[in-house]
Amino acid sequence: MSTSLSGPGSAEQAPGREPVRRGLPRTPRTARNHAPITATGLVVKVVLLGLVAGIAIWAAFPLVEAEHWVGLGILAATTAGLFYLYLSRRHIPAKYLVPGTIFLIACQVFPVLYTASTAFTNFGDGHRGTKDDAIVAIQTSSVRQVPGSTEYSLSIATTGDPATGPLVFLLSDPKTREVFAGDAGGLRKLDAGDVTVSATGKITEAAGYTVLNFGQASGRSKDITDLVVPTAGGAVRSNGLSRAYEGKAVRAYDAGCDCVKDSETGKTWTADPANGSFVAADGERLAQGWKVNVGLKNFTRVLTDPDISGPFFGTLLWNFAFAIGSTGFTFLLGMAIALALHSPRMRGTNVYRVLLILPYAMPSFAMLLVWRDMFNTDFGLVNDLFGLHIDWFGGTWSARIAVLLVQLWLGYPYMFLVATGALQAIPRELTEATSVDGASPWQSFRAVTLPLLLVALSPLLIASFAYNFNNVNAILFTTEGGPFAPDNPRNGATDLLITYTYRLAFGAQGAEYGLATTVSIFIFAIVAIVAAISFSRTRKQEEVYS
Amino acid sequence: MTTLSDAAVADRAGTGKSKGRWFAQVGWRHLVGVLAVAFSLFPILFVISAALNPLGTLSSTELLPTGASLENFTNLFQKTPFAHWFLNSLLLAGVASFASIFLSALAAYAFSRMRFAGRRVGLLALLLIQMFPQFLAIVAIFLIFTTVTGLWPAIGFNTPWGLFLLYMGTALGANTWLMKGFFDTLPKELDESATMDGASHAQVFFRIMLPLVAPILAVTGLLAFIGSINEFIIANVFLTEPDSKTLAVGMFGMVAGERNNNFGMFAAGTLLTAVPTVLVFQLLQRYIVSGLTAGAVKG
Repeated sequence: MSTSLSGPGSAEQAPGREPVRRGLPRTPRTARNHAPITATGLVVKVVLLGLVAGIAIWAAFPLVEAEHWVGLGILAATTAGLFYLYLSRRHIPAKYLVPGTIFLIACQVFPVLYTASTAFTNFGDGHRGTKDDAIVAIQTSSVRQVPGSTEYSLSIATTGDPATGPLVFLLSDPKTREVFAGDAGGLRKLDAGDVTVSATGKITEAAGYTVLNFGQASGRSKDITDLVVPTAGGAVRSNGLSRAYEGKAVRAYDAGCDCVKDSETGKTWTADPANGSFVAADGERLAQGWKVNVGLKNFTRVLTDPDISGPFFGTLLWNFAFAIGSTGFTFLLGMAIALALHSPRMRGTNVYRVLLILPYAMPSFAMLLVWRDMFNTDFGLVNDLFGLHIDWFGGTWSARIAVLLVQLWLGYPYMFLVATGALQAIPRELTEATSVDGASPWQSFRAVTLPLLLVALSPLLIASFAYNFNNVNAILFTTEGGPFAPDNPRNGATDLLITYTYRLAFGAQGAEYGLATTVSIFIFAIVAIVAAISFSRTRKQEEVYS
Repeated sequence: MTTLSDAAVADRAGTGKSKGRWFAQVGWRHLVGVLAVAFSLFPILFVISAALNPLGTLSSTELLPTGASLENFTNLFQKTPFAHWFLNSLLLAGVASFASIFLSALAAYAFSRMRFAGRRVGLLALLLIQMFPQFLAIVAIFLIFTTVTGLWPAIGFNTPWGLFLLYMGTALGANTWLMKGFFDTLPKELDESATMDGASHAQVFFRIMLPLVAPILAVTGLLAFIGSINEFIIANVFLTEPDSKTLAVGMFGMVAGERNNNFGMFAAGTLLTAVPTVLVFQLLQRYIVSGLTAGAVKG
């Protein structure tokens, strides 16, 4: 890379790229900026800006409907900014940078900041919404049928597809002949003229709803059982597929004591604002809590809670070993083969090369799964070929070795390719000169070839390290983090920090988003520090100043 | 490596001594080559054998093909929405890699040929952002897109567009540096003279710079393509309906539960997935070596 070409000094005379002056960038009056507007350019501009306006209008309607004014403001400002930028003749660099930057901010910077903010809360299963949401959930889930409850005839309907659409209860009161539609949002009275009620009192048709037949309804019986329609005195729940009742909530919130009382047992659960849940005197917590800020609690938990910090530091150590091992072994093997094939007297190197790099061209996600099955204890290829009977993914170290072996297979063709490229760039005179001076092949390799190779490939090695540090696929598709210690199902021997986080956030143990994002932030910090240190030692850093 | 004397070549007759010499100079290189090829190919051979295995189970598959049946391939298309997955993946990866290459080429042009306030900060920020893999923020992305799905179902979960937008987010970080390097190597007299002749900055970019870096665009595009095909984590959170899945998500589901019985179908799918990439790979091989040495990483 000829970095000197675009040095500020040499760019002095170039129109449109004068060196940065104090203050704002000012576009100079140059031929480039006053080039005539071509017809094609104008048409493209009009079409693209029209497209932007169209997308903005399309996106605006749902925002208005949801009364999402902040979002609407951002949308309007962005659109106006784009129009200003591309209609004016100034700010030329921005015209090239803004398209990518918008995506970067919306889809990468914003999620990262959002991640950071979630880390200070207890967000997760049982702590999703506000305190009011939690109270409603507690009350509706405690609904019981009591003597005197209103009974309804029930028809199951939906506003969407019968198999997946949101469910609605169509209810008719046999005594008063009133008809209602109810969903998780509450109960609404329907106009009797819009519905057809059969002789048995069941609603068979209703305007705007698709009534499910018996087969469709029984296919969604779990959704139907789970649907609770909140009402003033309690809630409506289904009883089978054709009857429903309005029951009374056994548990109710009392604002006076800021607690939930059970009217049957008399037990009370008092609100604990620090943890976002209702706690009884005996320590029992209600499953439904709410989201609160917990400050640095998640961070201290990662560092001090022995259930988490123990696995965290062990995992960190293995994470480094995995990234260094994956990069190092692939580099060593790839370089060794490249050196072996790099000889003027070798015939057929092209054939070798084409066959060697096939693993690199195969879809890696699928090959990882194939390797997983090749390490199968009972009928895996590896055990078959070598007559072994090892439970590869069952032992800590055999699992680690297996994972690194898979990484070696996937990664070495890439290292072979780049090492071949770098070797071809090293002038043959250099190695010849050392042999004339009486150096052994090994000495010439150590003193000339290897240093030159490392100079050329160190940015790649760093990038490969950073990539492997968070190589989710390599673990998730093979060992899935296992083997797990019997006393700790959350963290396995081959878990990387990122797969550990993935399990915390989405695993079967129940989602703990707050804790998971805290671990994410620790990973951010570690990768950034490693990257900063290594890049400060490479040429990439220098290019910035050119 | 090249220090072995050339004199030895002269007397390479049929004698045992010179055979030993031939081995010391060239033969061992072939041995290494053959061993490396064997290491590279045996898992692929296993996949081919599994795909052709009429029984289609993992336990009955051996390294060398035991039969030649296309049953696994027909099952793949009849029993799973593989054709959907294949099209989804091809389209998503194709469009996403093309668009992301274009976005980063635009940015690279600005960073390479223009001087403006914030250029250095911008370049350093991109370098750092590149180090932060997007999937670390997967929880946040999940929450954000829950809102987005509510507002605009057309770009929400189970659509390729939402996923496309997310892949675009990584475009600048991944390729701008590499492309800036290539733009830097083009002599700037080229675009200067065009400017003098009255070309606008857009004409310089589209008519002069882009054609000159076409090979490297092809290589980075291919790498981005492979990266999108293999992307699993975000797609897995995003796509839950059978027909909307990509190859990685769908095929993972195929062997997640029934790994023994579906293995033949899975192997057949693997081979079909590899066809487009292997073809383009062999075509672009010459460019790939130079493109990789300049700093591209398989994503």
